[in-house]
Amino acid sequence: MSRRKDNYETSRWLKFKKWVDGETDPLSTGMEAIPAVMEGQMRERRKNFALRKAYDEELARLSAEHADKTEIMKARGIRNFQKFYKIMSVILCLAIISVLLWTIAALPVTGGADNPANNEVAARYIEKGLQETGAVNIVTGMILDYRAFDTFGESCVLFIASCCVLVLLRLDADSKNDNIKKMIAESDDRLFEPKDDIILQKCACVLVPVIMIFGIYIVLNGHLSPGGGFSGGAVLGSGLILYLNAYGYGKMSRLFTEKVYRRTTLCALTFYCLAKSYSFFTGANHLESGIPTGTPGAILSSGLILPLNICVGLVVACTMYAFYTLFRKGGM
Amino acid sequence: MIQHLSLNIEETAAVILFGVGFTILLLHRNLIKKIMGMNIMDTATYLFLASKGYITGRAVPIVADGVQEVSAYINPVPSGLVLTGIVVSVSTTALMLSLTIRLYERYHSLDLDEILILAKEEEQT
Amino acid sequence: MSFVQNFPFFSIILAMFSGIVSSVLPGKKARNLSLLMIAVTTALSAGTLFFCLRTGESYTYMMGHFPAPWGNEIRAGILEGATAVFFGVVMFLAVLGGLDHTAEDVEEKKLNLFYIMIDLMLSSLLALVYTNDLFTAYVFVEINTIAGCGLIMIRQKGRSMSAAIRYMIMSQLGSGLFLIGLSILYDITGHLLMSPAKESVAALAAAGDYRIPMLVIMAVIGVGLAIKSGLYPFHYWIPDTYGYATPTASAVLSGLVSKGYIFLLIKIFYRVLGYDNLVSSQMVNVLYVFGITGMVMGSLHAIHETDTRRMTAYSSVAQIGYIYMGIGLGTQPGMVAAVFHIFTHSATKALLFISAVGLYEASGDKKDYISLRGAGYRNPLAGIGFTVGSLSMVGFPMLSGFISKLLFATSALESPHKMLPTLIVLAVSTTLNAVYFLRLVITLYSRRRPEDAPISEVKVRSSWHLRLAILCFIAVNLVLGMSSQPIVQAITDGLAMFG
Repeated sequence: MSRRKDNYETSRWLKFKKWVDGETDPLSTGMEAIPAVMEGQMRERRKNFALRKAYDEELARLSAEHADKTEIMKARGIRNFQKFYKIMSVILCLAIISVLLWTIAALPVTGGADNPANNEVAARYIEKGLQETGAVNIVTGMILDYRAFDTFGESCVLFIASCCVLVLLRLDADSKNDNIKKMIAESDDRLFEPKDDIILQKCACVLVPVIMIFGIYIVLNGHLSPGGGFSGGAVLGSGLILYLNAYGYGKMSRLFTEKVYRRTTLCALTFYCLAKSYSFFTGANHLESGIPTGTPGAILSSGLILPLNICVGLVVACTMYAFYTLFRKGGM
Repeated sequence: MIQHLSLNIEETAAVILFGVGFTILLLHRNLIKKIMGMNIMDTATYLFLASKGYITGRAVPIVADGVQEVSAYINPVPSGLVLTGIVVSVSTTALMLSLTIRLYERYHSLDLDEILILAKEEEQT
Repeated sequence: MSFVQNFPFFSIILAMFSGIVSSVLPGKKARNLSLLMIAVTTALSAGTLFFCLRTGESYTYMMGHFPAPWGNEIRAGILEGATAVFFGVVMFLAVLGGLDHTAEDVEEKKLNLFYIMIDLMLSSLLALVYTNDLFTAYVFVEINTIAGCGLIMIRQKGRSMSAAIRYMIMSQLGSGLFLIGLSILYDITGHLLMSPAKESVAALAAAGDYRIPMLVIMAVIGVGLAIKSGLYPFHYWIPDTYGYATPTASAVLSGLVSKGYIFLLIKIFYRVLGYDNLVSSQMVNVLYVFGITGMVMGSLHAIHETDTRRMTAYSSVAQIGYIYMGIGLGTQPGMVAAVFHIFTHSATKALLFISAVGLYEASGDKKDYISLRGAGYRNPLAGIGFTVGSLSMVGFPMLSGFISKLLFATSALESPHKMLPTLIVLAVSTTLNAVYFLRLVITLYSRRRPEDAPISEVKVRSSWHLRLAILCFIAVNLVLGMSSQPIVQAITDGLAMFG
């Protein structure tokens, strides 16, 4: 048997193990700025809560030692319940897995060309997609033309999620609520920003233009090669975030404010909505849409797909950047 | 059955991950880990879909050299569904994370049970 | 193609567009736009309904230039039109009734975001009602979930946020199951649109192929949507969610959101999986058992509650149980009763949540029984509204709840094996409903005792929108209760169109 090390309590392994078990909270220490909002009452209450929990445990232990048998049974019951909970969760997990395994054992084999999923629907997308949508990338043609309503819904999912994050995390500067004022004062981590970090700035100098051009390339070539609005927008957004980290909010606010964000999102989504409404309306009423598909393979081709990709790219880039700033300090 | 599962190895992996993610999302007490579980579950579904679209020996569905034969490309539908699904899962993840941030600021805890008890106490006082 | 046939598409796009535009409007304008939009979409849905009633058949509408198995589609028929009109009316009245409290509970700068949620919620509900495509349904289910979460946590109090995260977790479990069910279904049928998918499901069922995957698909999709609509064993998120949100949000969530999912489930059962396959696979019996357990257990929980809003929320659990019991009966009349109860419950529950607001106003914003004592005298109209709602839930004649209970009972008579348990549980659940609802009504009209905390005895006049909303909700209830015959007929015809 190996002897227990003296400093085992502080060893990294134990810390890691505790973290895996969820016993300690790695965020409670070592963060750049510990939020001290409502420090007084809530901290106190939490401490009380922790104390009372300890007290309850102590009581349970004492009663388990001294009191009559029913109390012992009770304490044992709680412990048994925790064990039971763990066992039940494993059983549930295994049950779901086994039901689904049982299902896929009856499904067609992966990679078979005669699987039911490879039917006339996919065949038409491949055979006529180029002529009907003008997009070389069949997947892009499918999601932005054949099944465009789904994709419009998907953009709305992103839009409404960003609205929800705004509700939760935006701190309005002229709010009357004292708590929010305090939160604004504390979350203003411009003070904590590393000012003029030369290495980061020089790297960003080189990288940001490359990232941005790459992002724009992905967006513009969505109908010709792998890529499209969402992936390109995510790249653009990460470029903006890198620039922000290197040069700080001061410089960024010259380029990108909340007003810009709102207007860009509004314009992009409005264009998306109107363009798609036009094409749905003409399609359903069997009218000619009058939008040329152009020569396949050229940048300016495939009708509405290119502008729609640009719109999605703008929305996604703005939303990614907005998520980052809102998470960081509750405003842009 | 085992033989069939070994042929469907991607789906097997996908549903095992799905079960793991589902259980974590349902039963783990830590909110961040719940969110991780949710992402595992979603990603497992995308793996399942992507493997269902694959056809052995065929190319990605991007028309190359003017070849437009069905026998040249894989099924494009699942790829499109995965693209849409990824956006949905990004959105829900962002929403859950921001809720977690607010709750942590308020209660200084990530344990859902503890948060629920604290919230109840706060209501009563 | 007649111009009226464009209306379902117009109503969905209009709701989305006003949501998008509201992001730059100030709060008050967003509110007016939202009310206007709901009124217009309701009118458009009414147009669709009349068109379908006149032609007597349903139609599909291409979303784009490509027909059925390739492009997206929506579909409108009598049942879709009626549900859309009804959802529009309830949404309008719920928003109208909660106006003042919304303005109080939401920070002024974020008011427009609240109305974005309302707009997108309505658009997703309409899309769920009209959709003819499974993946579209998944995307709009997600919009609905996120908008619902936004409506809950926009009142940034501790408990509403913990309720929101619980709601999100349960909803994500439901979405995950729904998505994996869709993926398996796509793998064995190769279609995402409902009509071709139904044909290949029927072909598979006739040939006897893929029995196990079909069974799992039914179970997974059923359980996924049941979790999202709050069927009994998965109901843990309901009381907090409905109990601590702002009144409009409570009314919308309990009245519409869960009903949207149930409507989608019925649609998938009829239009994709085939109702006969479900009956023969015993899946309906599982829903039936969950339903009748929910009817009893929800009411028992409600009796234990002292907070009246949580009590109303628990009563939703019982009512959702009624709906699933109707689906689980496995007969056409049972399904008609379930759909009718969807209407009944969303009108009545929204009435209860909205009129309760007036009662809390008259009781110093307290929500327990003791503070509400005598509130019916202090705010007479709200008291009447709450009484009508309670009586309707209990099943008082002339009100809508009576008709749905009657329909459940008569449909139970036609399925021999389930007749006895259904009737017994209906009786037990009605008694329990009566216990907690009538106790509250009696409390509302009893004199305050000297030991109660002093509350000013002056009569409170609520704002005109609240009073108008309560009156309209009472009218809707009476219409559903007194002229139920044409509505039941329309539901029967609409379900026949589904088949």
